Amino acid sequence: MKRKHQRMTLLGVGGVAAAAAAALVLTAFEDNIVFFHSPTELSERNFAPTQRLRIGGLVEAGSVAKAADGVSVSFTVTDTAKSVPVTFKGILPDLFREGQGIVAEGHLREGVFVATDVLAKHDETYMPPEVAEAIKKSGQWKGGR
Amino acid sequence: MHRFANPTRFVRLAGRVQPWAAALALLCLGAGLYFALFSSPPDYQQGETVRIMYVHVPAAWMAMFCYVVMAAASASSLIWRHRVADLAAKATAPVGAAFTLLALVTGSLWGKPMWGTWWVWDARLTSVLILFFLYLGYIALQNAFDDPARGARAAAILAVVGVINVPIIKFSVDWWNTLHQPASLTRLDGPAIHSSMLTPLLLMALGYTALYVWLAIIRMRAELAETKIRAIRYRQASGTAPAPQES
Repeated sequence: MKRKHQRMTLLGVGGVAAAAAAALVLTAFEDNIVFFHSPTELSERNFAPTQRLRIGGLVEAGSVAKAADGVSVSFTVTDTAKSVPVTFKGILPDLFREGQGIVAEGHLREGVFVATDVLAKHDETYMPPEVAEAIKKSGQWKGGR
Repeated sequence: MHRFANPTRFVRLAGRVQPWAAALALLCLGAGLYFALFSSPPDYQQGETVRIMYVHVPAAWMAMFCYVVMAAASASSLIWRHRVADLAAKATAPVGAAFTLLALVTGSLWGKPMWGTWWVWDARLTSVLILFFLYLGYIALQNAFDDPARGARAAAILAVVGVINVPIIKFSVDWWNTLHQPASLTRLDGPAIHSSMLTPLLLMALGYTALYVWLAIIRMRAELAETKIRAIRYRQASGTAPAPQES
């Protein structure tokens, strides 16, 4: 075996080993890598009320209610299977609306998610407003709202 | 491929490619930026903010592309000991690092108005930050040895090992829940970007690629010239060459 073939084999074997190691680490830490939990996961697993966590899902249509003080808001986050009521006091991001994907950070207390931060997710679709309007008119709209 | 490992042949080819890459880069970036900032429509959801996409998305593509090029060149320099491959990896690193930083900064500027935060530790953002550190580590490791050949070898090994991060970046949005949205272009049911927005995006991507080729060629030629000067000086000093030759 020539030197360069030796080096090639070494690099190949090393690469496979490193990839396997990375795969094992990422699978082991999966729980820490996910950015948020869905309402279904929330109902299946018991999270302590002291544990800070994030939930993600869609804002259920017709669920957003503003409180009289003007800064508190409550709504329901759903993954279409299960849903969780959320309360939040603060400034909501511009993209926040019914049907929009959001991520809320806070604590789960007696079935109600008390959020300290609310972030908006946006989807991977980009189009001009006229096109969105035309698609909605033709009834082909797949997204929320 | 091995034919271009010959520095003389590479210099000749690079000299011919350079002006074309420069022209293509300036043309595409000029036209792309005009379309992106002025004559493309706003987004139905994000409004005018969507224009950050035209700078951000191709920069993120280039960040990954440059890393793959750097790792491939490093691998071939480790296996075949090609001088030009080594130079290519070395020339790619700072360009790739710059594209990664551009993607991180524009992403942050985009995240604040859209998501409501400058930064989150989700899988996509974190893995791109790691990519940036890999570039910096590569550059630092290269200069950490007195003997440049040993530095190049150590850095090449880091580059090859770090390539594992590239598929992690690409698929992070599919494997885990992230705040970052999934890919718009590489989808099974076709791109989810309207053609009026896709054209400037692809123009920018082409412009960035040409810019990378242009910059890499300049850096590689400069490095080769430096080696030549050092050799001439050395010969002069040791008295084996009477006078420097015009070349």
